[in-house]
Amino acid sequence: MAEAQVRSFNINFGPQHPAAHGVLRLVVELDGEVVERVDPHIGLLHRGTEKLIEQKTYLQAVPYFDRLDYVAPMNQEHAFALAVEKLVGIEVPKRAQLIRVLYSEIGRLLSHLLNVTTYVMDIGALTPPLWGFEEREKLMIFYERVSGSRMHAAYFRPGGVHQDMPQALVDDVGAFCDPFLKQLDDLDRLVSENRIVKQRMADIGVITLEQAWRWGFSGTLVRSAGAAWDLRRAQPYECYSELEFDIPIAHHGDCYDRYLVRMEEMRQSVRIMRQCVERLSSAAGRGPIASTDGKVVPPKRGEMKRSMEALIHHFKLYTEGYRVPEGEVYAAVEAPKGEFGVYLVSDGTNKPYRCKIRAPGFAHLQSMDFLCRGHMLADVSAILGSLDIVFGEVDR
Amino acid sequence: MDETLSQLLETIAAAKPGVIVASKIAYGELTVTVPGAEIVGLVTLLRDDPRFGFVSLIDVCGVDYPEREKRFDVVYHLLSPTRNARIRLKVETDEFTPVPSITGVLEGADWFEREAYDLYGILFTGHPDLRRLLTDYGFEGHPLRKDFPLTGYVEVRYDDEQKRVVYEPVRLNQEFRDFDFLSPWEGTDYVLPGDEKAKSEPKAN
Repeated sequence: MAEAQVRSFNINFGPQHPAAHGVLRLVVELDGEVVERVDPHIGLLHRGTEKLIEQKTYLQAVPYFDRLDYVAPMNQEHAFALAVEKLVGIEVPKRAQLIRVLYSEIGRLLSHLLNVTTYVMDIGALTPPLWGFEEREKLMIFYERVSGSRMHAAYFRPGGVHQDMPQALVDDVGAFCDPFLKQLDDLDRLVSENRIVKQRMADIGVITLEQAWRWGFSGTLVRSAGAAWDLRRAQPYECYSELEFDIPIAHHGDCYDRYLVRMEEMRQSVRIMRQCVERLSSAAGRGPIASTDGKVVPPKRGEMKRSMEALIHHFKLYTEGYRVPEGEVYAAVEAPKGEFGVYLVSDGTNKPYRCKIRAPGFAHLQSMDFLCRGHMLADVSAILGSLDIVFGEVDR
Repeated sequence: MDETLSQLLETIAAAKPGVIVASKIAYGELTVTVPGAEIVGLVTLLRDDPRFGFVSLIDVCGVDYPEREKRFDVVYHLLSPTRNARIRLKVETDEFTPVPSITGVLEGADWFEREAYDLYGILFTGHPDLRRLLTDYGFEGHPLRKDFPLTGYVEVRYDDEQKRVVYEPVRLNQEFRDFDFLSPWEGTDYVLPGDEKAKSEPKAN
């Protein structure tokens, strides 16, 4: 028989594709149904965040961070706040630390809930997102109640947080924990042992730990490859060193393990939230919610109306802003998707000279070609979903 | 923390004598400046030597200092999970001098170097695929350079008559406003609109 004419296909996956999790254009080269090469084209959501931040004062830069990974906005602000605090050298009071940790964990739940459920939807299950989004809605209401905004909170500001948390809200967050764990168990029962899910995820997109490090992976992706590496433990910030939680790890480094790690991380997040709620309700958790250094943190409105000094501070901070000493720092947090870092260069004025945003999704997405090569076309969306990509932070 | 960092610095200096141009420990972070030609060797050493174990690439980015002769810094951030340490490496370069790519050592540098090329125009030799990454297809210029205007040069819109997206020079309906509030007490160093007469001689009436 004569050799059959072999023709490889080039297909465009996206930029408008429901499984692309945003505006991703993947140019996929196929040999039959086997992927030979994947070339991700990103930048369709590029807004020049880093350039814009260079034009704004340090306080005005905060809201840009909400718009990076818009699934867990406060975790991003956190990294920026830590970087500025490191440069300025201010201490964050205990209550603010607890609130930050509490809301970082809520952000983690928001992100993992979205990822886990929509990921399962990508590979065929329709029920999990309906269940997960109900819980996300409750969490976003907690965001709204503390900051006034469901998503773009601008709540973690250098020096502390913007507003205090009413006790009723603390109690409601506490009351959320137990029913949520039950919901999570339901989700677990529905998805984790499902035959189709296992067939689509297990042994797909395998990466070894050494490769994962080299590709710049972090967060759940290195943990699912076997490293017990979590910045909350390894390089603790805020009051994570005082809180009890476990770091779930897995050893296969495939899509299924990434899913399992995320599921367990949600349980651990609830555990941290419980401890925060308990401490916020106790006497030890009372106190100021932002640094009392009037040169960096603006005064409360009531105070500003009565005190001349507070009025001057208020005016200065909202026009000129504060000047940050010359220097450069890198501050990172364990964001839900991995290590989210901010490399901040200050030239001593009131605006950052350079603010490089190190987004975990950016490092993860570039490995698509490496991970997908030799897999089937249908696995592309399975691998993409397991990387947990949000285009706000990839494109910046 | 600073003590372990200075030990780390000494170990690197002993392992690669004469390579370190400058070094600094500030804010609990170690910064090492090296010549561009040495970067690949140094990163390989830091990755492979069990005393360092900097196996994880965190970030590669550019910084622009237009007033300097070599205007760009290429900044590498590496992480050592075994030592639980971070290191920052810096290479100085300009628009024309390429920097050797470290993609052969740490694959994750691929997109980070493409991004630095795209946004700053920093050239890398040995990079497998140095294309633009974040900007539009056919974009000109390097937007994160300090001499690139915030508003850019072109804007796009959908033209209903031509039934396609068209590129046009940026037209601002209102002049670009720069709120230069470096010190509201001392006032701005330019004349505010409407304030032209404020500094002139008071009228005698």
